[in-house]
Amino acid sequence: MKYSPWSQDAARLLLATLRDEKGPVLMALQLMQNEFGYVHSECVPLIANFFNISRAEVHGVLTFYHDLRITPPGEHQISLCVAEACQAVGARDLEKKVKAKFPDEATDSYCFGNCALGPAVMVDGVLIGRATLSKIEEARR
Amino acid sequence: MRVFVPGDSAAVSIGANDVAAAITRIDPSLVIVRNGSRGALWLETLVEVETDNGRIAYGPVTAESVQSLFDADFLHGGSHPLALGKTDEIKWLASQERVTFARVGVIDPLSIQDYRQHGGLVGLTAALAQSSDSIINEVTESGLRGRGGAGFPAGIKWKTVAQTTSVQKYICCNADEGDSGTFADRMLIEGDPFTLIEGMTIAAIAVGASQGIVYLRSEYPHAIEILQKAIEIARASDWLGNSVLGSVHAFDIQIRIGAGSYVCGEETAMLESIEGKRGVVRAKPPLPAIEGLFGQPTVINNVLTLSTVPMVLAQGAAAYKARGVGRSLGTQVFQLGGNIARGGIIEKSFGITLRELIETYGGGTLSSRPLRAVQIGGPLGAYFSTEQFETSMDYESLIAAGGMLGHGGVVVFDDTVDLAVQAKFAMEFCALESCGKCTPCRIGSTRGAETIDLIIQGVRVDENKKLLLDLCEVMTDGSLCAMGGLTPMPVKSAMVNFPSDFLGATK
Repeated sequence: MKYSPWSQDAARLLLATLRDEKGPVLMALQLMQNEFGYVHSECVPLIANFFNISRAEVHGVLTFYHDLRITPPGEHQISLCVAEACQAVGARDLEKKVKAKFPDEATDSYCFGNCALGPAVMVDGVLIGRATLSKIEEARR
Repeated sequence: MRVFVPGDSAAVSIGANDVAAAITRIDPSLVIVRNGSRGALWLETLVEVETDNGRIAYGPVTAESVQSLFDADFLHGGSHPLALGKTDEIKWLASQERVTFARVGVIDPLSIQDYRQHGGLVGLTAALAQSSDSIINEVTESGLRGRGGAGFPAGIKWKTVAQTTSVQKYICCNADEGDSGTFADRMLIEGDPFTLIEGMTIAAIAVGASQGIVYLRSEYPHAIEILQKAIEIARASDWLGNSVLGSVHAFDIQIRIGAGSYVCGEETAMLESIEGKRGVVRAKPPLPAIEGLFGQPTVINNVLTLSTVPMVLAQGAAAYKARGVGRSLGTQVFQLGGNIARGGIIEKSFGITLRELIETYGGGTLSSRPLRAVQIGGPLGAYFSTEQFETSMDYESLIAAGGMLGHGGVVVFDDTVDLAVQAKFAMEFCALESCGKCTPCRIGSTRGAETIDLIIQGVRVDENKKLLLDLCEVMTDGSLCAMGGLTPMPVKSAMVNFPSDFLGATK
């Protein structure tokens, strides 16, 4: 996935689009991550100033949600569903294999709503059903 | 001539886009409709062709088999090893009672014309001709209960909101379908988004709300995209906006996207999250119906609840409550997943037995090994053994059997499952997803996982089992919300129904 390089000016312009939203902090953090790939450390004071709230509040939201990350993502992101329905069809075995092969890319996830065609894996935003290591490798290409 | 190739993300996950591309490559003149899925996920990619004789189905189709379909003249219903006959006559589908899911997989999800042709907007039109009281009475009378899991009567919730005098009220649709084994919300939004919009609009008119919000999880990117497009189409069609279908009512809908937190499916945590805060559960009272989103009266309903409302208004409460058993009226959209041969959506009246769901529809395990356990109602639901297969699938019977319906997900495991490991996972999941506000959930979950680990290792097994049950009691009685309060359900049901998995090293 392609992201823009971090830029405070670009971030400010994006935040301005949320000026009229009620309860904008989570949206603001998501917007930052969607644009830059992660929530840059400068985002916290920036968002706090922009919406006139404390940095602690922004930090609290940032650290609550699993989706939000504070370091740039790798070239590929492999999200493995390890919830019950996928466990029932071998998600744990697949998880071991994928994590051994792509230790820096694989993360756990809990349900993509593909529970009748598991194991489910999302590679760079693309959902794969009946996932196998070779399907994941193919999707990474 | 129209060819239907599902655009549902489950179908796409096993190659539906490749199938559509292969068809277009061979005959670029064909109109390909990316419908939702019919719900027979084991038949995906289910390709349908519109013939003079009705829709003819082929499945499961792969990109590689497309050429042979053309060779067999599938466009005119030609015979082929993958031919399934008329879609409406596939027994797995024909024997269902599709009410909420009546249009899913049938129509083009983003065609208002298709939507109207298949009964769309009849419910809203009927609602616009009625008083608020009359709409709420109809919904109450239908017996429709919350499909998110709590099963609270929808009409009574609406009435509470309607009776408040606030200028600003909200309709919040909970589409944070985080339970493993559930996918009906996703499939409905991807396959028939206008039904949800219609249901929310009816709720808004009934209670006097002008703003709707759908809290939709980030794990469902395709559903987000489809619903956003549907909202824009509804705005352009004078449905959403300052005057709903030319009436005095104003209503619009915004999507708020979740950020990977399971507890945000709990209604008060969801409100916090929509407000942009940490998803920390609120104490009740005040009820969200009185003081909900941004402190205003708020209707919070699940996707399936709201999406059933148009049918109730269109066909009348009597038709809806004619189905079902006891106090579980109407139909339930069951979702069959996990280790199952024929998984997918099974919409039936309440009262179907677990056996019917799993054997008649599911066809046993995918692995062909003996079936051992079934978890009903998501990660907080109970594990059932095969001895409980005659349980009637309705709110009350499942509670009586030590479980719950939840959001209607049914996850099947074969005999390789170790229920002690599953019980430990339930605690670990709670530890991971707890919002941290109350102690039994925040700390109990971690101690629970540790204690189950000791049992698995065979350390003081009897003593630790007793301790675990005690901990479960504290979590059940002392947690603020269902996250900590129901995590003991899978744990205890596993211990009770599968005692041989909790014998420690001696097993």
